[in-house]
Amino acid sequence: MVAFDEMLPEKSGLRHSYAAYDRWLKQQDPARLTEKMRDAERVFRKTGITFAVYGEEEAAERLIPFDIVPRIISGSEWRRLTQGIEQRVQALNAFLDDIYHRQEILRAGRVPKALIAENAAFLPEMIGVRPPAGVYTHIIGVDIVRTGEDEFFVLEDNARTPSGVSYMLENRETMMQLFPELFQKVRVRPVENYPQLLRQSLAAVRPENLRTPPTIAVLTPGSYNSAYFEHAFLADQMGVELVEGHDLRVIDGHVAMRTTEGYKQIDVLYRRVDDAFLDPLTFRPDSALGVPGIMDVYRAGNITIANAPGTGIADDKAIYSYMPEIIEFYTGRKAILENIRTWRCSEPDSLKFVQENLKDLVVKEVHGSGGYGMLVGPTSSKKERETFARKLASNPSNYIAQPTLSLSTCPILTDAGLAPRHVDLRPFVLVSDRIQIVPGGLTRVALKEGSLVVNSSQGGGTKDTWVLDD
Amino acid sequence: MNRYIERAENMARLVDAGLRMALTRTQDAGEEWKSVVLSAGADHGFGAKYSEYTSESVADFLIRDTTNPSSALSSMETARFNARMVRTALTRETWEAINEGWMALKRILATPIDDRELPKVLDAIKRETALIRGCFYGTMLRNEIFDFAQMGTYVERADNTARILDVKYYVLLPSVSWVGSTLDNYQWESILRSVSAHRSYRWVYDAEYKPTNIADYLILNGRMPRSLTFCYRFLAEHLRFREEDYGQRLPCHQIVEDTLAKLRVSSIKQIFDEGLHEFLTDFIRDNNRLGEEVAANYRFH
Repeated sequence: MVAFDEMLPEKSGLRHSYAAYDRWLKQQDPARLTEKMRDAERVFRKTGITFAVYGEEEAAERLIPFDIVPRIISGSEWRRLTQGIEQRVQALNAFLDDIYHRQEILRAGRVPKALIAENAAFLPEMIGVRPPAGVYTHIIGVDIVRTGEDEFFVLEDNARTPSGVSYMLENRETMMQLFPELFQKVRVRPVENYPQLLRQSLAAVRPENLRTPPTIAVLTPGSYNSAYFEHAFLADQMGVELVEGHDLRVIDGHVAMRTTEGYKQIDVLYRRVDDAFLDPLTFRPDSALGVPGIMDVYRAGNITIANAPGTGIADDKAIYSYMPEIIEFYTGRKAILENIRTWRCSEPDSLKFVQENLKDLVVKEVHGSGGYGMLVGPTSSKKERETFARKLASNPSNYIAQPTLSLSTCPILTDAGLAPRHVDLRPFVLVSDRIQIVPGGLTRVALKEGSLVVNSSQGGGTKDTWVLDD
Repeated sequence: MNRYIERAENMARLVDAGLRMALTRTQDAGEEWKSVVLSAGADHGFGAKYSEYTSESVADFLIRDTTNPSSALSSMETARFNARMVRTALTRETWEAINEGWMALKRILATPIDDRELPKVLDAIKRETALIRGCFYGTMLRNEIFDFAQMGTYVERADNTARILDVKYYVLLPSVSWVGSTLDNYQWESILRSVSAHRSYRWVYDAEYKPTNIADYLILNGRMPRSLTFCYRFLAEHLRFREEDYGQRLPCHQIVEDTLAKLRVSSIKQIFDEGLHEFLTDFIRDNNRLGEEVAANYRFH
């Protein structure tokens, strides 16, 4: 099966969106490009854009490999994508509101009750709570894959705490430093105002009874977290405080942060801490990362938490399989962006099919992320499949399966010149009183030839993503 | 000496901001490069040599052209020449940082700047000047040499900030048809970027760029290290040290106090009401006069 190459598909030749870049590329000296690759690494090291991989002590601060060939999307392709994304994000928020209130969708029988009731990501504490402006998931990363000229699919929704936006921004900064002349030849839509949009977006969903400009903070689990760089980066770029759980406490019904001048009230908290750790009084009592009592403040409407607690129910992989129904139920239209066909192993027929076809499928944990704990059938060994089959049989409802898609490829620069590698795309969406999508996103690329796993924790790299102003 | 080091750095900063605009704006970049040249106060010399404002011509003229006495390379050369004359007044670290910085820039700028390498060149200039400033600040005795050298820095810096504001003062004026357009946003960011304040701005004000806040930040905010008020507070302080040390009050002391008094307005609105352009023109004139008066009062020539 030959994958669709976004620059040079086999059938039709060089695609129009890459024409200007290709002209420039042909004039470049290969030795200079190789040198630029090393320059890029220096820039990333200097800026301190590093990433921690859990379980690897040596690699406490590792760089995500960056490829200097941009991934280019035409203006018209982007418009189509954004329509689909907007629709999806609307549906996600409507679904969350419904699930924590009247549960119409369950009554209508479109989504099975058990899927919600027995789901660990569903927070009973959120029942009846309506966050400011009715927004549950404020910052969303929608992972999109492509298989052909007009074939885009949503791989998954990240509605809890999607990461990677700092790479989108730093990849662009790096490309502009490395190839300033290129940006004068190709008109690329800017992404750099993302931090400003994020801050405005967070300010717009401040508690409704607040009369003063809101104080905003980013809550990080701390500098040992794999995405700490991003937390610090976003706080700095927005011009807001970066706090850890122990900097915060509840005072007089508000959350306040420790400062050199005493405690200061916080109105909007962009948290990058998982639900379970958010409030030891409500959730995990052993959590040192959260703020005791914050859920009471939240329910009293005295702080906005973004994304809202309990949003995980919407990006759960078992829920994902119902997204076409969810979108139709709330927007009254068919999904513009399609889902990937998904088998729910909780259903006996599907389980049987999955067990019989393990070597052709990708099997994932329902709550997994980051590429951990999944099986990629076609590239797995017999032994890996046998081990996995046992896990699957012992807890089928913990798994879903999808066909192995032939993800599109983009060229990367290797020692032997350009070579195609599989990519995916994560555009970032901001929801407040409106929906905003910066023209671009994070392109993740599997650096190993033939590999379909793009996760940075599994050796994937990133690329700058260009949306053309055409 | 310090005045020229400050100037070399400011040139790099201005070109950097111009380049940024050229790369991110989807329209013609010529206008932007023109305002970079104007901000650098180099329009006369530039016009005599070029007819078109492009990244190549502007970067070359402001960074490496030695026929332009204010280019970064010329400024470094003058700074190094001056430092050599007062070699004994400088610590060894300071002198070596200047000398090495000059040698490095001469080497980098020996051939025309490759358009593709411009960010690297600008980076190198900023790094060398930062090193000089660090050595100077960390090792110099706090005596009159320090005071006069610092005055050079602040007179130059105030001039630079005032010029940047004046070249673009019209985009800061309230105007019904323009406000909030993308064009304005880019222009405002470019102003902040040319004084490396686009990120700190968000810490002090709002996420959104507002013309009154930008003007307030660059004119009145005493904590912004490139604002006019900041520069004048330090100028006043260094001059006061001289006054106390020498026991002598001179005309330059009056000028610095008068200017500082003008900066002590209740709010930026007052400056807008009385005319931003007029305010800036007066400021630039008085600032020049201060430089000349210090030189005359303390018999530099």
